[in-house]
Order: sequence, then C-alpha cells, then structure tokens
Amino acid sequence: MSDMQSQDYVRRSASTMTPPSARNVEDQVAKLIDVSRCIGCKACQAACMEWNNLRPEIGHFEGSYENPNDLGPSVWTLMKFNEYENEQGNLEWLIRKDGCMHCEDPGCLKACPAPGAIVQYANGIVDFISDKCIGCGYCVKGCPFNIPRISKTDHKSYKCTLCSDRVTVGLEPACVKACPTGAIMFGAKTDMQHQAAERIVDLKARGFAHAGLYDPPEVQGTHVMYVLHHADKPSLYSGLPDKPHISTLVQAWKGLYKPLAVAAVALAAIGAFFHWITIGPNETTEEDEAEARREMRETEEEQAP
Amino acid sequence: MTRPANTITRYTTVNRINHWINAGLFILLLVSGLSMFHPILFWLSGLFGGGQWARAAHPWLGICLMVSWVGMIIQFWRENLPNRDDVAWSKAITHVVRNDDGHVPPIGRNNPGQKLVFWSMTFLIPVLLFSGLLAWEVYFGKATSIEVQRVAILVHSLCAFAAVLVFVVHVYAAIWISGSVRSMTQGYVTPGWAWHHHRKWFRELIAHRKQP
Repeated sequence: MSDMQSQDYVRRSASTMTPPSARNVEDQVAKLIDVSRCIGCKACQAACMEWNNLRPEIGHFEGSYENPNDLGPSVWTLMKFNEYENEQGNLEWLIRKDGCMHCEDPGCLKACPAPGAIVQYANGIVDFISDKCIGCGYCVKGCPFNIPRISKTDHKSYKCTLCSDRVTVGLEPACVKACPTGAIMFGAKTDMQHQAAERIVDLKARGFAHAGLYDPPEVQGTHVMYVLHHADKPSLYSGLPDKPHISTLVQAWKGLYKPLAVAAVALAAIGAFFHWITIGPNETTEEDEAEARREMRETEEEQAP
Repeated sequence: MTRPANTITRYTTVNRINHWINAGLFILLLVSGLSMFHPILFWLSGLFGGGQWARAAHPWLGICLMVSWVGMIIQFWRENLPNRDDVAWSKAITHVVRNDDGHVPPIGRNNPGQKLVFWSMTFLIPVLLFSGLLAWEVYFGKATSIEVQRVAILVHSLCAFAAVLVFVVHVYAAIWISGSVRSMTQGYVTPGWAWHHHRKWFRELIAHRKQP
C-alpha cells in the first residue's frame, strides 16, 4: 500500500533504529471471519478487487469452486473450499476466506532485507510499502501462512493491506463492507474477541463442541481471526496451519547470526590491520636475492658438462 | 610492461586475466550480497543503482563467477594438491604469522594457506551457486517448496560468510607478503622472492631451467 501513515510505525523491516511512532495511541484492530456464517458467495473477493483496483488475469477452470486457483499479486483474498465428512458421516462444506493474517509478530517483516518495505502500524496492520520492495522473495520464506506473492511484471511483493487506506479514515475493509451475511466483522481486537466468544457459545450449544477462536499465540496472535466450528483441527480448513510459527530456519538466519557474522568479518579485517602494524609486511631482502643468485650459480655449475 | 632481467614468471597472462575477472565478480557479489544480508549494509545496494538492481544482478553475477571459477580450477587444481610438505609447514604456522621464516620449512609452488583458499572456494562457490538458484525468486520461486528455499537461503548465507572470511585472509595475505600483488598484476617474482617464500618451487625451476 501507500506510505500514508508514516508516524505510527511499531515495526519497520530491516531497521535497527526506532521507527517513527509518535501517533501510537490507536486501538489494536482486527478482522473477525466467522467461518460458520460464510456462504462462499465471494462478494469479499469481488469487493477486494473493486476497492484495490486489482484485475488478475483470467485463468482456467480446474474443477473446483476455488477461483482463481491461488492467491496472486492481484489476488489478495481467496475463498477456499473443502468438503469434509465428519464423524457422523455427514458432509460439511468448510469455506475459508484466505489472505494475510496480519500477525502481531510478522515473519515477512522479520525476513525482509529492504528498510521500510514492510511496516506494522500501531493498530496492528502489517503493510507492504511497495516502492521500497526489492522483489527478493524473503517475505515468502518468512511467512508462516504462505501469503505473499511476487509479481512477474514489476517484481514487487503483494498481499492484503487490511484496507489500511480505508481504516486510516475510519472505514471498515472493503470485504467487511461487502459481506452479505455478516460473516466478516471489523473493529477493535478486544471487541472482536468478545464477539467471537458469544458466537462460540452459540455454536457449542448447537453441537459444535470444538468451536473456538483462531488467534494463534505462536505468532503472538493475529489481526485477522477466524471463528472455526472445528478449532481443534484448523488444518481441515484448506490447510490453515495448526500451529503457525516463524520457521526456526528463518529465526536462525535472521536472528543473532546476522549481527555476529558482520562483527566477525569486521574483526577479521581489523585483525589483519593490526597484524600489519605490529608484525608488518614480509619483505624479500637483498640477502634473499643473493642466496637465490648463489643457488642458481651452483646449479648451473653442477649442470655444466 | 618493463620487466627486470632474471625474474621468474609466477602467473601467466591467462592466469591473471582469469584471476581478476574472478576478483571483480567476487567483489560485486560481496557488495550486492551484503546489502541484502544486514540492514546496516543496505546502502551498498546504492552502488548498483538501488535494492532492485542489486537483487536482480546478484544471481547473474553468481553464474558468471561459477564459469570463471571453473577456469581457475582447470588452471590451478594440480598445483594445489596437498603433499607431505604441507604438514610440516602447517605445524610451523605460528612462525609463519610472525614473519619468523627461518623456522618455516621450505615449501613448493603453493603453501597450505594458499591451497586452503583454493579448495575452500572450490567447495563454497558451487554450493553458493546451487543454494542461490533455489532461492532465485524470479526463475525458481515456484520450483521448490518454501521449506526447501528456507534451508537454501540459510546455507547460502552461511557459505557466503565463510567465503568472505576466506576472501579477507586471501587479500590480507597478498598485501602482507610483499611482491605477491605484483605477481598477480604483472606476473613475475624476483628469484629472491621465490627463494624466500617457495624455496622448493624455486629449486625445481632452476633445476629444469634451460641453458641460455
């Protein structure tokens, strides 16, 4: 998205200094997606395209309700459909609106090497500042949910902005506005958690014993949450990770190793410099030349007939 | 170039051209790679015209380095094979670093330090190329799973770190041993240099020298 809120950053990619954060009293926001109320109409997908002016290329029908087949640089949200046969042998059509989860501890931001290309605002939204993106794809490796997609035309990474431009001026995201069943809600994160709790009580009363809220603590919670009828098995919903976390490989690569490696290289160079000023250059002396000439003469004499 | 009489050719013209192509590519890779490694070095990407350019150029430079390094392997593998003298020389490493060359046993054309540089790079450059290809978003972003790419990028950064350390040692050693830089720029060393630093090589050369 655009760089419109530049004074309320709580995190900024590839930055070792405190980001500008004077405007930091905003409420933490969240989008709540009540999967149990979703009818799979894709109004949210259409609204996302409409508001953000996204026009993905027309693809091919692959025998699934999923259309298009995957998230893309111009597909920031996607309805995913799974047919699940429950323990009673009944069919359940589990439909989940997929997209960026806006993690409180974003793996994309941790992995990003371009200063300021990924930011997190005080309200919790994780946003890509596209003109600073270098197209390396590190965010793809950092993301626990397989969300960012790199464009083949402009080599920039894209994903849901949580309509940060709308939220800034007090509007709800476009998908929320368009949802005809009220399955997508938006507001303060605490309000959304209360809303979810009420709905979960309702769902449990109606036989979904494992109904619950998906707000995974492994990434310190998310600013997009789901109400799931089967919160004990999130992976039923087209591969929603049961325990999403920033890969330990990414943690190793982007953790202490990074500053230590830079320090070690600097120390090697400083060490070399001090070797130079203490022990100094290893020169070839006139005596070396004399020795060499002597050996050459002796060899010539030996070889002479 | 003006070359004094009685000097010894250490690196041929082809050796030198290949080496400096290599050196140029390595430095460009180092600069663009470091810019993507740690934020305090991101400014280095400005030398390429910005982060996008550094990101785009880096893999192509890597492919060029691999080709160039194959040239180095072909020219230098034989003289970098380990031999018995290496053990004695390595045991005297504390004398080597103190310029106490009276206590360093004579060595052939290359010493173990030089061989270590050669074999480290011969191992690291192909690993860097392969792991780099797996992480090359533009062409191979969808070729492997994200998990494979995570392993690849970690291996890539570890190997790059090792290669940078080898590079620092190599550059400093060339500055430290006076006359080395000239051997790689102008190609020759004096007999005294060869006698001092690579005595066995010097003796081989004079033993097989054709009578003028």
